[in-house]
Amino acid sequence: METGTAAQDDAREPVWTGLPPGLLKMRRMLLVVWLGVLTVALGVPLGLFAGPEWAAFALLPLGVMAWGWVVLGRNWRSWRYAERADDLLISKGVLWHHETIVPYGRMQLVEVTSGPVERHFGLASVQLHTAAAATDATIPGLDPAEAERLRDRLTELGEARSAGL
Amino acid sequence: MTTPGADKDVSGAAAVVREQVPVVERRLHPVTPLRRAWAPVAVIIGWAVHDPNQAQEQLTRLTTVTLLIALAVIVPAAGLYGFLTWWFTHFAVTDSELRIRTGLLFRRTAHIRLERIQAVDVTQPLLARVAGVAKLKLDVVGTDKKDELAFLGEDEARALRAELLARAAGFAPETAHEVGEAPSQQLLHVPAGVLAVSLVLTGATWGSLAAALVVPPLLWLATHSVWTVLATALPLLGAAGASSVGRFVGEYDWTVGESPDGLRIDHGLLDRTHETVPPGRVQTVRIVEPLLWRRRGWVRVELDVAGSSNSVLVPVAPREIAESVVARVLPGVTVPPRSALSRPPRTAARCVPLWWRGYGLAVTDTVFVARHGLLRRSTALVPHAKVQSVRLTQGPWERLWGLAEVHVDTGANETVTARLRGADEAAELLSGQAERSRTGRRDARPDRWMA
Repeated sequence: METGTAAQDDAREPVWTGLPPGLLKMRRMLLVVWLGVLTVALGVPLGLFAGPEWAAFALLPLGVMAWGWVVLGRNWRSWRYAERADDLLISKGVLWHHETIVPYGRMQLVEVTSGPVERHFGLASVQLHTAAAATDATIPGLDPAEAERLRDRLTELGEARSAGL
Repeated sequence: MTTPGADKDVSGAAAVVREQVPVVERRLHPVTPLRRAWAPVAVIIGWAVHDPNQAQEQLTRLTTVTLLIALAVIVPAAGLYGFLTWWFTHFAVTDSELRIRTGLLFRRTAHIRLERIQAVDVTQPLLARVAGVAKLKLDVVGTDKKDELAFLGEDEARALRAELLARAAGFAPETAHEVGEAPSQQLLHVPAGVLAVSLVLTGATWGSLAAALVVPPLLWLATHSVWTVLATALPLLGAAGASSVGRFVGEYDWTVGESPDGLRIDHGLLDRTHETVPPGRVQTVRIVEPLLWRRRGWVRVELDVAGSSNSVLVPVAPREIAESVVARVLPGVTVPPRSALSRPPRTAARCVPLWWRGYGLAVTDTVFVARHGLLRRSTALVPHAKVQSVRLTQGPWERLWGLAEVHVDTGANETVTARLRGADEAAELLSGQAERSRTGRRDARPDRWMA
């Protein structure tokens, strides 16, 4: 459905892979936890000291939470990547749409990172570095096994097709 | 070859470098310790400028005896430091690397792979010219100031550059030493008069001059404080000097030559710089036309090489000549004429009023060309083989008008952007560019250009 490739290379129509639901779950949980804390921190003192009608302000973070819930879902659905024969495609973003193509031969370094929260949810990110600092190629929220498979495959392909600057 | 009183007879040994022979280490030129001799003086001057009142107070308290004692301690200490850093700095050329070993307390060894060379610079600051020495620096991605060889004898620097280039080019190690300097053919020389006129016709020169002449009197009227005025006037004057006289001195006698070892760029009135960019190292070329130069048909050509700080290829030249130089720098490339560049669709005016007319794009068999700027036009050329990654971006406002941008990233940390193209065109451009870059890389010349 996406215009990721032109008609000329029908033979190599990319096979898009979405992100596993773990990332969405993690982001939504973080959203609920932080905004929940904010709602309570706002609503309880207001209700106690300024009267219950003032406590209605606490609905504001709740509204943001509901909006964020939807936005996170849309954003998560927009993330996808495709491994083609010679390059990696990453497509992301709803309002600000970004599409990146990194040829395997250009990879200088493949990085797998996983923070404490990500680890708790069993997630890992893969980041690709080329000689250009502007290259922005990160795939977040992958299953660690998939992240390692991707890293190994990218490294292998990168070595096979490696080129100078 | 200049050899300091070292432990090895270098000139004799270097001629018989073979695979199994231990690497011959050399030292820098013996005037090197002097380059740091001014450091304590600079510290004192800096302190005096920073706090003039206290400096004067301290100076009046000093007697001649204490002054002499201080001198007797500082000068030998600085001298010893300079001597020791020189003594502990060695460099060696092996078949595949340049090794620099340095450091007195914290040892540091840099191994620079020769096939990764992006450019070689030989520079001679004014004092170094008087002393007959030169600095040599290899530009490789990631090298910094520490990795330059300062100083070498003038002839030694030239011989070393020739040897490094010969080895990097892929000549057999046995012969690399005797290959010598590749013959150079002059492509372009910028006459001093043209350079001076071009600087007079540059807005930045006048802007900085006007600022230096207008701001300090205004400040004086407002504050009546000598220090405030001086503190603003000095940097402003410095900037004005740098953008007029400084640029003239730096770009004086600009010569571009071509040799089998690549492009040679020599320039400078007081400080001489000799730069060599081997074939296939240029990542981006930009042709800039300032507004006031247009009537004379002059352009400025800038280039990007990974790891190199210099970005000027031709400071000023008529368009046809500049384009012929570009054709030599990027073999097989012709700069597309203005008519060949396609403008963005009309809706682009909704995103960038007026200035959208300055945007342009052309894709040829060899290069990706993007233009921007209405008054000061700038055209950037990226060979397909040098593309590191391709990106398409589209914001909400651009989506509304069916537009998108395509960014092409190169290894010199330079991104060339085709702005405000139609969405379908951009999508096609994205995949097409990835394909062109792939095939472009396949045909690219090898890193070792003579092999």
